[in-house]
Amino acid sequence: MSEPHIETPEELDRSDARPVDEPAPTGGSSPSSSATGDPDLLLEVDHVTLRFGGVVALNDVSFSLRRGEIFGLIGPNGAGKTTCFNAMTGVYQPTSGAIRFQGESLVGKKKHEITRGGIARTFQNVRLFPEMTALENVMVGADAHHKTSVLSALFRLPRFWREEKSGRERSMELLRFVGIAHRAGDVSRNLSYGEQRRLEIARALATDPTLLCLDEPAAGFNPAEKVDLLALIRRIRDTGVTVLLIEHDMRLVMGVTDRIVVLEFGKKIAEGTPAEVRDNPAVIAAYLGVPTDAA
Amino acid sequence: MSDTAVAPPKAKQNFRGNGGVRGWFGRQPTWVRAIVTLVALGLAILLPYAGDVPLIGPQIVTQGIDWPSSLFNMSYYVLLALGLNVVVGYAGLLDLGYVGFFAIGAYGTALLTSRDSLLYAHSGWSWLAAAPVALAITMAAGLILGWPTLRLRGDYLAIVTLGFAEIIRIVATSTPNFLRGDRGFTNIPHPPGQGADGKPIFGVTDATPYFWLGLAVIVVVILGVRNLDRSRVGRSWLAIREDEEAAEIMGVRTTRFKLWAFAIGAFIGGLGGVLFAGEQGFINSQTFVLQFSILVLAGVVMGGSGNMAGAILGGALISYIPDRLRGISDPFFHTDLYEYRFAIFGVVIIVIMVLRPQGLIPSRRRAMELKDREKEVAPL
Repeated sequence: MSEPHIETPEELDRSDARPVDEPAPTGGSSPSSSATGDPDLLLEVDHVTLRFGGVVALNDVSFSLRRGEIFGLIGPNGAGKTTCFNAMTGVYQPTSGAIRFQGESLVGKKKHEITRGGIARTFQNVRLFPEMTALENVMVGADAHHKTSVLSALFRLPRFWREEKSGRERSMELLRFVGIAHRAGDVSRNLSYGEQRRLEIARALATDPTLLCLDEPAAGFNPAEKVDLLALIRRIRDTGVTVLLIEHDMRLVMGVTDRIVVLEFGKKIAEGTPAEVRDNPAVIAAYLGVPTDAA
Repeated sequence: MSDTAVAPPKAKQNFRGNGGVRGWFGRQPTWVRAIVTLVALGLAILLPYAGDVPLIGPQIVTQGIDWPSSLFNMSYYVLLALGLNVVVGYAGLLDLGYVGFFAIGAYGTALLTSRDSLLYAHSGWSWLAAAPVALAITMAAGLILGWPTLRLRGDYLAIVTLGFAEIIRIVATSTPNFLRGDRGFTNIPHPPGQGADGKPIFGVTDATPYFWLGLAVIVVVILGVRNLDRSRVGRSWLAIREDEEAAEIMGVRTTRFKLWAFAIGAFIGGLGGVLFAGEQGFINSQTFVLQFSILVLAGVVMGGSGNMAGAILGGALISYIPDRLRGISDPFFHTDLYEYRFAIFGVVIIVIMVLRPQGLIPSRRRAMELKDREKEVAPL
């Protein structure tokens, strides 16, 4: 099985060396102007608007993710962060605009196709399969790229044994990676909250993603757990997976992300490095409720 | 299902497979489990002679219907329960028209074999030749019904499947030449084979061979379903049942696997129908009433949805209880208790649901696998 997401530094260098039509966009540049042939460009959210009846959940939002970065999507409650996530993973279809992943449009694709295409996610409210063991939960993720179907399973054909074995080994490896291997045989409902959050990350990683989207992974965590989570997110990035992080906790976001987009009322109000965003008056106003002119 | 979430702590402990017969069974080494399974199978094969066991035997065997026939009835009910368990218990799709597939299996066999069939001039096949074709038709029917309807959820799917079974029955009732309504099909051939004395193995006087045939089919079905359950297919079904949207976002092709569950359920239901037609030699539209679907569903839920042992027990009980009531008269009006079967049955179901809301043998699939996994994980 190919593992496209584990890119060695050499490979990354090579992709950098590939000739491009236009220079790679620098931080903060408009994504619509960037070339689709840019190998560094992983995901483009291009003027996306999403309406639910009269409610405009996303209003002309544009940003882009580059390979290998940790990207933060932040904003106050109800700013449209999760909606944006859902549009990217196929749960909602944008009313207008385009979302492109590795140059391919995601609009109209089915959820499982998007997952197999390389975007994995976790949920704001943990959504594991509660009656399955931790290992089985991860194996469902690993199954995304398996081909065992009814006939191979029924007659125990070689493909079944091969995929079951490799899937199980990979899943155990991921459970070890997130640090809950000792709970592999336990029903996931019986895991602690923190373990469940980690299990969700392992399950998402099992689908072999190029892009991992974490929806408020630190919600409900104590400071020590947050530190562990930060380390885990960095380790995930170090394996070559690009990470998109939705988070409330500003300190966590500032500590780990390379670039940040700030949403408020469905609109993008700022984009840049953590330091740039932190000093942006509009962001301060959005978070503290201070009028812009007073900031 | 979801009601396990509110199960009291005691039930949770059971869930881990510590107590009870199944907990014990799960802890045994493979060879002990193999022996226990073989002994159970051996006892099942000897069931037709249960009446010869002193003291207990006469209490078990039915009176108003000969015991081997009653056993055969149980065998096809068990098959249906196993098939419906795949659809309802594993994939979590509520199918209220399961009898439709049973009917298609039986009618398929009848159309291809019976002298009364319009096709007789062209086909007039033996039972064995007709069986695979009838099964293929049943499976195709499952796919045709499933393709447009599996996008529906919950109640809507239940209504559509209910309608499907009724359509089959009404078509059968109202096509006097094709499916022959009440007159039905006669002279459906029995399964092939001759004994040493030249008499056919599958005759009309003794139902014992039919029971053994049914038992053999059940064993094959159990092995097949078990293989599916413990694979990517079973995991996908369970994931769909627990959280369909999350499953799809994790890359599970939900429509495809739901369709498979439907087709496999249809196939097993069709098997029941083919066996039924072969034993009875006669079928008509009266056989395939709605009650039948509800009864099988009640059996699955009563036994323990999502668990094969539960489905087998439930399926056997829904057939055995009414049969056992035959030939016993009540002390007041001296009518056959069989006439009260649904009333008695209702009471039994209520009692079981009050005492064991998750079924007689609730799904503890996890508990056994847990043991296997613990072994694998331990060295780490």
